[in-house]
Amino acid sequence: MSGHESTYEPKTGIEKWLDSRLPIVRLAHDSFVDFPTPKNLNYWYTFGGILAICLAVQIITGVVLAMHYTADIDQAFGSVERIMRDVPYGWLIRNIHMVGASMFFLAVYVHMFRGLYYGSYKAPREVLWLLGCIIYLLMMATAFLGYMLPWGQMSLHGANVIINLFGAIPLVGEPIQSWLMGGPSVGNQTLQRFFSLHYLLPFMIAGVVILHIWALHVPGNNNPTGIEVQDVKKDTVPFHPYYTVKDGFAIVVFMIIFAVFVFYAPNVLGHADNYIEANPLVTPAHIVPEWYLLPFYAILRAITFNIGPMDAKLLGVIAMFGSIAVLFLLPWLDTSKVKSMRYRPVAKQFFMGFVVACLLLGWCGASNPDDPIISMGEDKLLVSYTDSAGLEGQRTFEDYAPAAQFRDEQVAAGGVASMAIEKAPAFTFKVLSQILTAYYFAFFLLILPVLGLRERPKGEPDSIHQSILGHDAPAAAPAE
Amino acid sequence: MKLFRPLLLGLGAIALGLSAHAAGGAKHAHAPEKGWSFAKVPAGKLDKESVQRGFQVYQEVCSSCHGMKLLSYRNLGEKGGPFYSDEYKNANDNPLVKAIAAEIEILDPTPDENGDLVYRPAIPADQFRSPYPNDNAAKAANGGALPPDLSVITKARGHGAEGDGASYIYSLMTGYKDDKIKTKTGDDGLNVNYIEFDDGDTVGTLTQPTGLYYNPYFAGDTTPQWDGDPRHAPYGGFLAMAPQLLDGRVEYIDGTEATTSQMAYDVANFLQWAGDPKQGQRKSLALPVMLYLVLLAILLWFSYKRIWRDVAH
Repeated sequence: MSGHESTYEPKTGIEKWLDSRLPIVRLAHDSFVDFPTPKNLNYWYTFGGILAICLAVQIITGVVLAMHYTADIDQAFGSVERIMRDVPYGWLIRNIHMVGASMFFLAVYVHMFRGLYYGSYKAPREVLWLLGCIIYLLMMATAFLGYMLPWGQMSLHGANVIINLFGAIPLVGEPIQSWLMGGPSVGNQTLQRFFSLHYLLPFMIAGVVILHIWALHVPGNNNPTGIEVQDVKKDTVPFHPYYTVKDGFAIVVFMIIFAVFVFYAPNVLGHADNYIEANPLVTPAHIVPEWYLLPFYAILRAITFNIGPMDAKLLGVIAMFGSIAVLFLLPWLDTSKVKSMRYRPVAKQFFMGFVVACLLLGWCGASNPDDPIISMGEDKLLVSYTDSAGLEGQRTFEDYAPAAQFRDEQVAAGGVASMAIEKAPAFTFKVLSQILTAYYFAFFLLILPVLGLRERPKGEPDSIHQSILGHDAPAAAPAE
Repeated sequence: MKLFRPLLLGLGAIALGLSAHAAGGAKHAHAPEKGWSFAKVPAGKLDKESVQRGFQVYQEVCSSCHGMKLLSYRNLGEKGGPFYSDEYKNANDNPLVKAIAAEIEILDPTPDENGDLVYRPAIPADQFRSPYPNDNAAKAANGGALPPDLSVITKARGHGAEGDGASYIYSLMTGYKDDKIKTKTGDDGLNVNYIEFDDGDTVGTLTQPTGLYYNPYFAGDTTPQWDGDPRHAPYGGFLAMAPQLLDGRVEYIDGTEATTSQMAYDVANFLQWAGDPKQGQRKSLALPVMLYLVLLAILLWFSYKRIWRDVAH
């Protein structure tokens, strides 16, 4: 925390020598040993540490995988399998890397929702939040690039769908598209550049993570009350050993979940089609991204209408990118002076709605947009016919027998007739995702700006230690 | 927050469960009644004898159309493989594996000293022989349909849960309705095969297109061939592979009776092994890792309690 005096005292000669030339030990000591941290951080605050572990795990396993992987469309699929079969413990390294991507996103979503709930994006932590958004963007790019590397059916056709999105941008869209692909279509040159970038971006993430931690250590941690530290003695404890042990416990619990997937269900988070080698001539029945991108995919597909000169595809792309862009504006959209939603009874309800909306958007992203969620009435049978006189017509039937009889009579009389299903009107995934998309944007652009001005906060304590002693705060911490 | 936690968990589970969505209106594959030994928690094991028999089924039946290009004969004798022996840690020395390979003639991928490609008996280091020189030859020989490579077929079907792929293979191989097929003479004088359904709402006649075979577990669409209520067309689709595992199709070396379901069970076990030959290693490492992590978590929990004991928080 800025203004906090360094307590590092070099003891040995070599420490003193180094400290007067490059005070790196002092930096580490002040940042991770003696850093004053609010006493009242709950387990939602352990995900920062968990994410650091995730990044390290992905980089270490990734570097080893890159030693054995071949970025060539004829060999990529086989080389990934060869890693699983012939490289000593290759199956373990590959499973950790593959499951690790999902775990990384699981952790980052909890981390982001936590920041949202406790108002960690508000002054003086706007830059901290923005850097976090940049990390998240880089993570999505890295994950997308990495998903292409096994060169399975979903790798190829997923990449096609995403790259085609850029084609919707007017004027510059198509040049961007062929620049990304490195040619007229997704092919070997695309795979090679994706591999190159997939290796590069994690180190950029690591760089931004350093800035993220720096930006955290200037104002210090937020905490569940959202009230800034007033008295370092009463409100804080040193990071070590208090939070190293608490984070350590949370990290190991997280690793247990991680290990369950790695050892018992390594493939359950992915799509089976990605174990079919990529074939540009065969398109999978349903192209879906990995689970962590499904909500954005749902937002993309929710826009099925044109507005003025802009067609649905372009609007979908705008909505999808907008749903991430709006996160960057959040510090200035939320007008409330109170940080923590613990003391914002109305905002808390909207926040819960927002979490549910994001999860349901994920469900929509995984489903066929035209499938009914709630069907209103029964599907009917529609017989279209052209009778012998050349007159066209249609008749609907509830039951099969009369429909078939009618069709056969038409045919017998020298006409043409065919039967099809007339779907009953239904509440479809498309409609649900449109409602949820509207809520997603309304939450940021309408609810948070307006609510902050009108809502009456409740029960905010005066200080961190008062909230601890009083134990009068509404229960918000998970099981401790 | 109180409301939000169970909601989050429940919806998260739904969203995850549905994220790997199935294709088509195929019937949900099921495991055989005795279940899969390898899918047992916490340390399932492949039924080694079944994998051996499954290899025999693959060799004698499947391999005439389906390749397994990601496997080599040596894999059969490696740890976790069907013919692994403690005596021969190096599978290339395993006499059984050598004998299996030697029975197969392959086109040597390396030219001889004259530059000619010649046929020779395979050695353990060789890849499984491909039944066709290329995909087009495979299609030409199979009425335009490409028999998929079976190396990772168990991972390429289902939802990624342990046993999904094997259940698909088992269900598909035992799911044909060949005993229900009837034949009539069509309008053009040629024979037409059809199946009559009378199963709840699914009442009608399904005509099999020439050269294709109905299977309820195969992803596809039956409505174009269905004479009956289109809202209740049968599950599944048509595939170019005729029913293969008819009773007694192979004569098992170990004397097991070769019923359709026995062969399907065995070949599914074999393909399960082939799709992930290191799964035995994975399962045997799982328990120690979990125990270690749980113990470490308990230790850290008590350390946490001790370190924080005098700090109100």
